[in-house]
Amino acid sequence: MIELTQITKKYGSFTAVDAIDLFVPKGELFGFLGPNGAGKTTTLRMIAGILRPTAGTVKVAGYDLARDAIAAKARLGFIPDRPFIYEKLTGMEFLRFVAGLYSQDGARVEHRGRELLALFDLEEWRDELVESYSHGMRQKLIISSAFVHRPDVIVVDEPMVGLDPKAAKILKDLFREYTRRGHTIMMSTHTLEVAETLCDRIGIIQGGTMRACGSMDDLRRNAERGDEGLEEIFLRLTGENAARGLVEVLDA
Amino acid sequence: MPNDTRASLPAGPDPSLVERYRLLSGSHGTVRAGGAYTPAGGRLVAPAKRRGVSVRHLLGPKWRTARARSAQVEKGRGARFAVMGLIGLCFWAFAFGVLYKVLTYFRGVQEIGPLLAGKLLGLLLLSFVSILLLSNVITSLSSFFLARDLDLLVSAPVDWFAIYSAKLFETTLHSSWMVVLLAIPMLSAYGVAYDGGIGFPFIAIAAFLPFLVIPSVIGSAITLVLVNIFPARRTRDILSVITVLAGAGVVILFRLMRPEKLVRPEGFRSLVEFISVLRGPTSPALPSEWLQRTLMGWLTGHFDVLPLYLLWTTAAALVVLGALLHRSLYAIGFTKAQESAQQSVKSSGKQSLLAHLLTPLGIMRRELVLKDIRVFFRDTTQWSQLILLAVLVVVYVVNIKFLPLTGDGITFFIVNLIPFLNLGLAGFVLASIAARFLFPGVSLEGRSWWLLRSSPMSMRELLWSKFWVGTLPLLVLALTIVVVTNALLQVTPFMFAVSIGSITMLTFAIAGLAIGFGTLYPRFETENAAQIPTSFGGLMFMMTAVMVIGGVIFLEARPVYSYLSSRLYGSADSAFNAREMITGFGLATLLCLMATFVPLRLAERRLEALER
Repeated sequence: MIELTQITKKYGSFTAVDAIDLFVPKGELFGFLGPNGAGKTTTLRMIAGILRPTAGTVKVAGYDLARDAIAAKARLGFIPDRPFIYEKLTGMEFLRFVAGLYSQDGARVEHRGRELLALFDLEEWRDELVESYSHGMRQKLIISSAFVHRPDVIVVDEPMVGLDPKAAKILKDLFREYTRRGHTIMMSTHTLEVAETLCDRIGIIQGGTMRACGSMDDLRRNAERGDEGLEEIFLRLTGENAARGLVEVLDA
Repeated sequence: MPNDTRASLPAGPDPSLVERYRLLSGSHGTVRAGGAYTPAGGRLVAPAKRRGVSVRHLLGPKWRTARARSAQVEKGRGARFAVMGLIGLCFWAFAFGVLYKVLTYFRGVQEIGPLLAGKLLGLLLLSFVSILLLSNVITSLSSFFLARDLDLLVSAPVDWFAIYSAKLFETTLHSSWMVVLLAIPMLSAYGVAYDGGIGFPFIAIAAFLPFLVIPSVIGSAITLVLVNIFPARRTRDILSVITVLAGAGVVILFRLMRPEKLVRPEGFRSLVEFISVLRGPTSPALPSEWLQRTLMGWLTGHFDVLPLYLLWTTAAALVVLGALLHRSLYAIGFTKAQESAQQSVKSSGKQSLLAHLLTPLGIMRRELVLKDIRVFFRDTTQWSQLILLAVLVVVYVVNIKFLPLTGDGITFFIVNLIPFLNLGLAGFVLASIAARFLFPGVSLEGRSWWLLRSSPMSMRELLWSKFWVGTLPLLVLALTIVVVTNALLQVTPFMFAVSIGSITMLTFAIAGLAIGFGTLYPRFETENAAQIPTSFGGLMFMMTAVMVIGGVIFLEARPVYSYLSSRLYGSADSAFNAREMITGFGLATLLCLMATFVPLRLAERRLEALER
């Protein structure tokens, strides 16, 4: 459902994403991990059609994003990491507007919108302007908007940021059920526990290149560590050492 | 164990690290007199001595941002700046040329000439003061209360006066640059026409600086008081309405002053009365009068230092008073401005009806249009500008109504020419409205760009939707203005048709330019929609729109003149007239079509390439 071929993104001389190949099949929840600035968000925004790749192709549900952008985007839902939305629309109006962008309206959208708002405890806020929503409520509304038009593929950037534990649990269940029904989700996260328990496969990106990709067992096999958790594997692959130099830094 | 980083990872909290955390947090350790303490590691760590943060330091990030932005390499940037520079230079040359010609004429008039020049300068500067005051009130709300860097500044140990000074500087800069750009050709024309000499630019700069600071301090103080008085969050809305009402008041006041009396001396009972009106100050207590007296004093060889002294002392005193007010009220006002308010919106019958009416557009376009309408009418900063628009239109129509179109010397020719020339004025009114309502359209989508870009909506669809949402009301307004004014003027059917046709073409051209320029020079990060038209791109749009309006009038002038001459004298060759008319009106149509489609096409390309 998502197919990346040699996808590259350069900003001047800086290469943010360097020739990534990836295939995420139907019904899979793919986790995308990497340290800050590794190229996760850039990759996801290229899949969402917001950024244009410098080289390579992106296919969503079989449609080439460069050649058939409208058809590809019609099958996609995107949840960004920064929830900026129209402050002067109510929650329900925003959902209607998003559905409208995907040429959907009527009773089905109304019903779906209400259900999604109820799921995330936003039903009482449906007629309130978004400007009065908290950060977490905005995030819930954006997540709802990605589901309102029933996309085949959902691309999510840091979905758990700002969510309360209950909403985080709901979202995890929603993602599981959604992929069980044959849809595809590609998600970036820094919450390794979420990636470990939720994702069918995990890709670890660093410096714009894919360092490792596969199921947890594949990653363990590749790292030659039979019993390690994702955190150790992640740190080993990305060369991160959180504690090193801390004392020197604090003394500086 | 090659490549094994596990060994260096601590299994649990490192005891020495925990100890150091304690020391750094001040909960443990040897603290010496004077604030130095020795952590367990034995190194002496002296806390940094607190120094006041300088205004320069606070403004540093803004300066660096501006510098980085100007150094940014972007495709087509050079060409854009070249076009911008060229348009700017043309505008300067035009403004300078017109004013220079007027001033040269005044200079040739004995006695009254310098008085008229002074009066004209006074009126121009008075309008500058009004613009500056309004602009500062709006800008200071953003810079003092809504800017994103305020959380950082207010939470840091920064002295209140440093914040006040930095924000006042920012406010002054943002609100005044356009006035300064307008003042350059104006003051240059005065300097050249009256041989101001090498010293004139220095006097002009010395007098203009406090002239800019005074409205900035007053505007910031008004905002500060309002933020403290009105309920939180509503302040912004109330402020918008008050600002617009004030603007409307200034326009009406200016109209009531009847500046046209000055060019009709026969309206005065005697020459003495006329001269006494010219000699009398327009508004003796206003900085515009002091600036006018400083500049005209220098130019006419009667330089008086008092007005310059008044400008500087008033500016200095106001800065001190403003700072004191800031110290007393800012903390409370800032807190209030952070609070949010709940506002319920139930769907109404009107909205359902509108949605129903827009059904033929298709779901996507309908939802886009509905969203734009809802956001517009719920954002006070946007709809409140309609008040100013209404005032502008009323003043325009009233002016037409009171035009002296009867009496000696008022010929059939003049009566028919005025509606034609009025097309220019109507076009200018429309351009101002488009700058306010159409130009910011794409910029206002900036923060939600991710949604539009990731949706299956083409950029062409977005642009044309914005175009039609803005153009249709603009066209209704344009036709109403022209029909009403033509009816008041009792023009001939020919002039009626020319006016209707031309204003329709101009409306499309102005709308195309507004959306096009608004996309080519977007302001995605702005907090306040009212600030977008005052950006550099907004100014470029206004200048281009004025040029297109001028171009259309120029192209149509000759055929209209010929037609009116043939009607009046019955001597013109009708075949020649027809050819001239087709050429003139054809070229005007072509110009309008180009002004409509070229900017939209360029805008579409820019949006396609835009990555945010």
